[in-house]
Amino acid sequence: MRQIPLMPATTPDWATIRADFPILDQEVHGKPLIYFDNAASAQRPRAVMDALRRYDEHDHANVHRGLHALSTRATEAYESARAKVARYLGAASADEIVFTRGTTEGINLVAQAWGGKFVREGDVILLTEMEHHSNLVPWQMLAERTGAQLRFVPVRDDGTLMLEQLPALLTPEVKLFAFTHISNSLGTINPVAELCAAARAVGAVTLVDAAQSAGHLPIDVQTLGCDFLVFSGHKMCAPTGSGALYGRAEVLEATPPWHGGGEMIQSVSYERSTYKNAPHKFEAGTPNISGAVGLGAAIDYLEAIGRAEIFEHDTKLAAHAQERIAELPGVRVLGPRERAGLVGFVMEAAHPHDLTTYADQFGLALRGGHHCNQPLMRKMRLPGTTRASFYFYNTTAEIDQMMDILAGAVRFFAA
Amino acid sequence: MNTELEELYQEVILDHSRRPRNFGEIAGAVRVHGDNPSCGDEIFLDVKFGAEGGVEDVKFTGQGCAISQASASLMTLKIKGRSRTEAEELLRAFHDLVTIEVAEPIKQLGDLRLLQGVRKFPQRVKCAMLAWRALEQALGQGGEASVSTESV
Repeated sequence: MRQIPLMPATTPDWATIRADFPILDQEVHGKPLIYFDNAASAQRPRAVMDALRRYDEHDHANVHRGLHALSTRATEAYESARAKVARYLGAASADEIVFTRGTTEGINLVAQAWGGKFVREGDVILLTEMEHHSNLVPWQMLAERTGAQLRFVPVRDDGTLMLEQLPALLTPEVKLFAFTHISNSLGTINPVAELCAAARAVGAVTLVDAAQSAGHLPIDVQTLGCDFLVFSGHKMCAPTGSGALYGRAEVLEATPPWHGGGEMIQSVSYERSTYKNAPHKFEAGTPNISGAVGLGAAIDYLEAIGRAEIFEHDTKLAAHAQERIAELPGVRVLGPRERAGLVGFVMEAAHPHDLTTYADQFGLALRGGHHCNQPLMRKMRLPGTTRASFYFYNTTAEIDQMMDILAGAVRFFAA
Repeated sequence: MNTELEELYQEVILDHSRRPRNFGEIAGAVRVHGDNPSCGDEIFLDVKFGAEGGVEDVKFTGQGCAISQASASLMTLKIKGRSRTEAEELLRAFHDLVTIEVAEPIKQLGDLRLLQGVRKFPQRVKCAMLAWRALEQALGQGGEASVSTESV
């Protein structure tokens, strides 16, 4: 296995890094694969696959209860992954990290367990108009159950939040402010620390959806000042079904358990049970141990490259793509100039699904549709958009190849 | 150019998607709404049934990809003036055309046969079928209406 220097003194060797991803080396419909659907799911490097195989071949057993060697090893692997996540997010303690199946499960946990206890009729849950369905539907369900109201920070035409409306929206009735760090369709990077400070000033708890950011830029939950933060492993080189919820110790302890079962209890009688402390009280049943191991390996891998370096690389690609896509006739790029590593756009001549079908025939994997942003698309009067999303293994050359394909699509579909 | 793409997006199909025929509404017709929520394609199909339950007039509005728009446009041209049984036969024949290997698509489908290329793109079948699902629903409603008329 290739050794990655722990502290990159110079620019990472991106070509060598790309070679760590065997899946990228293939042809699709007879053309070299260009994988630009990283915002949906990122690919996995050999280091992660190797870690999973090592675990499966040597260490697998159930965690926390076996008294034999394998269970001890599995428990150590699982808990050391938790410590890695804590360090990766800048959490004060590993006890603030709950393993989940991903962002969606993390948000549902907070909505049901924390929301079930602390949100009442007449309370307000503040969201933004750019939330992914996963950070909208759980709150709608909570509002329906409790009689709480939903409120939204509007999005400007340029894809940024109308922050000037925040004081009017963040009233004392707001119990929770949940918002995305990076918009999955617009690429907007929201000012998380500023939003958290504003929420804190009115006593509202904050939840940050870091699905699009956790693998893409440095995150420190204590600097950001958030109460909850959720992310998915599969968008940052880890296996699907892995992910974590960060909860500030005080808030997490106050949150009642979610699922009941084994692992989360202290003692059980026929009538009642007492529960473990966080994070274990939120992890009923046998967890996704290998997922956590894979997540830990992905974190090691990303940290060896450096998240600041990854962010710089991805945003450079996005800036290049934005500039070139905007040159195409009848094509409009969405979202602000200052953006994360993705570009959403609409082509007058082709519906997003026709365009992505076309692109696929040339080996180019794009995403077309509403991107789980149906209300936002409706607001912007768009049937959907086409999105190219980048990661550190993508190259400028691939973007230039994409441009040839997109130019071909304009010719093909235009009347 | 790529053969599959040329088969999928034939000139006639692109033409119908750019300039859909029978695009509009019919006052007092049976109106059916159909959508593919996962992709946002949407259709409102207005069907005016004749005394015998046949398709006297049909128009549609909506939005969606080239395949869904072209399929709707071509469908309206084909089923206008058809008896109920003929419309149902066309529905079945079109469904077969885009989902299973058909050696020789029936001639009655006419230009709709150009949509056979969809079969190679399983994720796009629902685009081609959207207008036809709406028709199926309209036929159901039209049928009920005529049944109740007869029973009076």
